[in-house]
Amino acid sequence: MKKVSGRLTLLALVVILSVIFFIPSYQPFYQALPAWLKNVMPNKGITLGLDLQGGIHLVMEVDEDRAVEIAVDRSVVSLQDLLVDKKIPVESVTRTGPTQVTIQFQNAELKAQIQKMLDDYPTFTETESAGSANKLVWELRDIEVKRIKDSAINQALETIRNRIDQFGVAEPMVQRQGLKQIVVQLPGVKEPKRAKDLIKETALLEFKMLDEDNQLKLDLPARIPKEKEADILREAEAKLPVGDQILFERAVDKDTGREYRIPYLVKKRVMLTGDVLSDARVSIGQFNDPYVSISFDAKGGREFERITGDNVKKRMAVVLDNTIYSAPVIQERITGGRAQITGTFSMQEASDLAIVLRAGALPAPLKIIQDLTVGPSLGKDSIDKGIQATLFAGALVVLFMMVYYRTSGVIADFALALNLLCLMGALSALNATLTLPGIAGIVLTIGMGVDSNVLIFERIREELRLGKAVRLAVDGGYDKAMLTIIDSHVTTLITGVALFLFGTGPIKGFAVTLCLGIGINLFTALVGTKVIFDLMNQRHKVEQLSI
Amino acid sequence: MLEILGKTNFDFMGKRRFAFLFSGIMVMLGIVAVVQIARGSANLGIDFAGGTAVQLKFEQAIRIDEARKVLEANGLGNAELQEFGQENKLLIRLKASTTIEEKVAERVVAVFTKEFPANHFVVDSSTEIGPTIGHKLQEDALIAILISFAGIILYVAGRFEFRFGIAAALATFHDVLAVLGAFYILDKEITLLVVTALLTLAGYSMTDTVVVFDRIRENLRMRRRDSEETIINNAVNQVLSRTIVTSLTVVLVLIPLTLAGGEVLHDFSLALLWGVIFGTYSSIFVASPLLLLWPGASGRLLKRS
Repeated sequence: MKKVSGRLTLLALVVILSVIFFIPSYQPFYQALPAWLKNVMPNKGITLGLDLQGGIHLVMEVDEDRAVEIAVDRSVVSLQDLLVDKKIPVESVTRTGPTQVTIQFQNAELKAQIQKMLDDYPTFTETESAGSANKLVWELRDIEVKRIKDSAINQALETIRNRIDQFGVAEPMVQRQGLKQIVVQLPGVKEPKRAKDLIKETALLEFKMLDEDNQLKLDLPARIPKEKEADILREAEAKLPVGDQILFERAVDKDTGREYRIPYLVKKRVMLTGDVLSDARVSIGQFNDPYVSISFDAKGGREFERITGDNVKKRMAVVLDNTIYSAPVIQERITGGRAQITGTFSMQEASDLAIVLRAGALPAPLKIIQDLTVGPSLGKDSIDKGIQATLFAGALVVLFMMVYYRTSGVIADFALALNLLCLMGALSALNATLTLPGIAGIVLTIGMGVDSNVLIFERIREELRLGKAVRLAVDGGYDKAMLTIIDSHVTTLITGVALFLFGTGPIKGFAVTLCLGIGINLFTALVGTKVIFDLMNQRHKVEQLSI
Repeated sequence: MLEILGKTNFDFMGKRRFAFLFSGIMVMLGIVAVVQIARGSANLGIDFAGGTAVQLKFEQAIRIDEARKVLEANGLGNAELQEFGQENKLLIRLKASTTIEEKVAERVVAVFTKEFPANHFVVDSSTEIGPTIGHKLQEDALIAILISFAGIILYVAGRFEFRFGIAAALATFHDVLAVLGAFYILDKEITLLVVTALLTLAGYSMTDTVVVFDRIRENLRMRRRDSEETIINNAVNQVLSRTIVTSLTVVLVLIPLTLAGGEVLHDFSLALLWGVIFGTYSSIFVASPLLLLWPGASGRLLKRS
């Protein structure tokens, strides 16, 4: 007779550990515990997957090429400023390719002078311009292109993290995946569309001057329906003055409530960007209309003061992501480093705008390549149904085992309960995320657990049929079934491990529960139930086994 | 002792010609399905093909033909609709041709808000997947399958004999292909969850096969005088009651899950349910007879004992 007490202790230890680890997963009970107990206990359990509690799973790609273009565009603007400062008269400075800047000038003698300015732009090199007397072509260095692309994704990650923090989501996940993808998971979000807009908005804030003189010549309509934007742009394209562009203001008719657009002719040159903001807050105007008040940092404040001072009585457009929010007339030099962004928005839109302005702009637009949104109601539905069906299925199996194998069936059912408890404990200890496929994995392991017991019991029955005594039959049954059980579990384990290593998302969740379940199964089938049989045999000699 | 079956002595091996015929047909179906998937003309779920799926839950019942008319009128004519009867749920799917940038999900929601103003609804779930992700998933799933098969063949070949490994792998392939073929014939959508189910049933069917093989191995060592066919037949008969009881319990678990587990679990459980039935059949009628097709003088197993 093998010693029982050692195995019993082991069993008890496993059960106790499982319970301790599982408790944090059941919040109502965990919260009711006294504080000192909570301090010594694990504080995190199983998290429910998005399919069970609702939420958003986004995979986004940063438009890296656009990030490079934007960086080159900035260099173009600063080069223009520098040329104006140095009083070098050039015809145009334009971006002529993704990484290419072309400077054209009338006076060929300027060439050497402009070439020298390349010193201020070490990230560019001169190319193919040797032949032409009136043209210089600069190209962004490859190493710089790579740096911009790299920093674009890091900056995007940082910005999204900031925005989500301020939006307020419990346990968000923002992660880089591969080279240029960002994964965002927001469990339990109540307003998925709002959250997505908040994440996706580039939020590039720019201040640009209106070109009022030329606007009259261009004869733009005062207001247009929002579908007509493209038509206006097409019509005006040929007549557009150099260095100007047409942008639209979004407005709402107070009487009809319909949205319309106001086209403006705007100088392309950016006077100031959102980089220099130090804060953005929602305020309420005198007609109860929300607006966003922004504060500049010291440098931005000085700059803003200078720009407004130089352009008194002119109109300046506040542009966010190429849409004009407002285009007020500058009444006087504005000191104190504060400004307002007014426009037609609701309270919520205003507060979201303040969030994105505070968190900063994205370096480039984001492209959503995967978007899974599960409403909270479906989550609840599927969890309720899944649990009900699982409970019902479990009850059927328990009943079947008791009817078919009698007392031994009860022992098998005990093993089943032990299995489930250990699995929950293990999942809690790993802080695993439970998804629907995960639940399916649990169901499968229950099936396998039953199978192990069936294998053993059938073997014991065979031994009994051969006329062996109960104790010998039990030992023989376990011994003979053991090899089969190990073989069958290992093959399934191989599948599980392959799924875990190479599967993605839901498949992975399934693989985790499957692998854990198999390990636990082996333990309960080979140790758990055997102890009880041995115990029965030890107490008194069993003549007849109920199996 | 309550027994479903007493001691049995069916001549399973003698029926192998019928079994091979039936299995051959199922496998052919499965191969057709695989070819169709590779050609992109099977009913692939949007998680593989890319596209948009929106599930709406209405307050009142909604007629599927009306919904389709409304979508067509708004330029979403290529949508596939599926309803979940009692709960006024409607699933709208648009496949690969769409990209996320077009905000198809938002458009679908807007169409229903506009056209059915009296019938309020909530968005149960919306999924948009770009085509690149779909390809990545397909690749990942394929790699996972190949790796697990290679691993299993190696393990079984190591524990038993090489021909056992091959037979077990073939039987498992047979089950996966049969279920895939059945899904294809019924035009059921092949989603990531269904693929998970296929992998699960591969594991299950493998378990079943290994249990039978284990007994064959044991018998091969004990009774050397009998013909291989008799030994195999006896082994299958000896584990028959275990096979039936186990399959029965798994079926007992899967039936409630299929019928009442909710729409998300339905196809998953259904695939598993068929898989269990095929898996049980194949370990008796496919895997074991396959060993007879390759009577490798059963060298190692006999010598070792």
